[in-house]
Amino acid sequence: MKRTTVDLWVGVFVTAGLVSLLTLALKVGNATSVSASDGYIVFGQFENIGGLKPRAPVKSAGVVVGRIVSIAFDDQRFTARVTMRIDKRYSFPKDTSASILTSGLLGEQYVGLEAGGDTTNLKEGDEVKLTQSAVVLEKLIGQFLYGKAADGGTKK
Amino acid sequence: MIAALDRGLRQVGHIVVDAIWKLGAATRFSWLVLARSSESVRRPQLTLNEIFFTGTLSLIIIIVSGLFVGLVLGLQGYETLKRYGSAEALGTLVALALVRELGPVVSALLFASRAGSAITAKIGIMKATEQLSAMEMMAVDPFARVLSPIFWGGVISMPLLAAIFSALGVFGGYLIGVVIIGVDSGAFWSQMQANVDLREDILNGIIKSAVFGVAVTLIALFEGYDAPPTAEGVSYAVTRTVVTSALAVLALDFVLTSFMFTGV
Repeated sequence: MKRTTVDLWVGVFVTAGLVSLLTLALKVGNATSVSASDGYIVFGQFENIGGLKPRAPVKSAGVVVGRIVSIAFDDQRFTARVTMRIDKRYSFPKDTSASILTSGLLGEQYVGLEAGGDTTNLKEGDEVKLTQSAVVLEKLIGQFLYGKAADGGTKK
Repeated sequence: MIAALDRGLRQVGHIVVDAIWKLGAATRFSWLVLARSSESVRRPQLTLNEIFFTGTLSLIIIIVSGLFVGLVLGLQGYETLKRYGSAEALGTLVALALVRELGPVVSALLFASRAGSAITAKIGIMKATEQLSAMEMMAVDPFARVLSPIFWGGVISMPLLAAIFSALGVFGGYLIGVVIIGVDSGAFWSQMQANVDLREDILNGIIKSAVFGVAVTLIALFEGYDAPPTAEGVSYAVTRTVVTSALAVLALDFVLTSFMFTGV
């Protein structure tokens, strides 16, 4: 085959491959959505994080405003220390509360932020003081059973 | 009794020594191919010809199978997801299955049978008809002139073929899911984009396909170079290329997957 024909077809092939890669990156992947590298870090101490994972979303009013960077155990306070990176476009008051919620019945867990009324905003390295742990199903069932037993005792 | 034991032990030893000898030869061969690859950079036309031979000519089979794998994934995924009332997750299912596993693995298997066998046959016949020796007689290094460009052509083609496979598969899933069955188009794409990660999924898929490209091309080249210079020898070598590369791709896929997706 002539050289220019080979060149043409190789060009077609390589272009098709690169276009596919680009499509995968932009259309299928999340290259265009909130990149977690641009923002400020805040911490939260939670009694129990349930099944929260690093890279889980941080949402406020249902909108993704950041991501979980890391989760560690704080052996001074015996709580979980969750590091979150909030998109720099959004600022939250200092008395914002954070709770661990579940999307849907079987969905993934995320951190929900609820803004407070303070006039100063959270800065890099601040800690979210008001936190609410994940709901642990065993504890709920335990409480329910305990309540039932207590009811049964009074009825007798 | 002792004679039978002696014969048995000798046979085991023979097989092991043979296998180790072949492994060593393959390693030295791979090293030579890599070490003599400066020629493929200095004369890009050599590499371009090989990209045409291994990549462009494999396009048809990759396009058709990618599309059909996507169509089937769309149908099967919808049937299953519908039972749990989450048909919108179809996009996620199709994209993750293709980008993480099916794209790299199936296109590597197709690549091994379409391009790998052709490479082995070409090298085997070049050796059988003493073209490689003739080159050496003319002081042309067959490693630099023939083998290295084929290697680089395969290594460059493979990730591109896998990407084309995955992209067309996602398109096939879209055709079945959204256009024919009627899953909501917005949910299909947004769930896909929310759950497919650029680094974790797409980049790891590309790394996988590049590793498969190296493995398949090296196996094909070595089997061709190692083939006995007879018609029968070449035909056995082609068979061995397809079988060995398929097994290598599957084994490597398991190893790579266990490193990449640890379930954090």
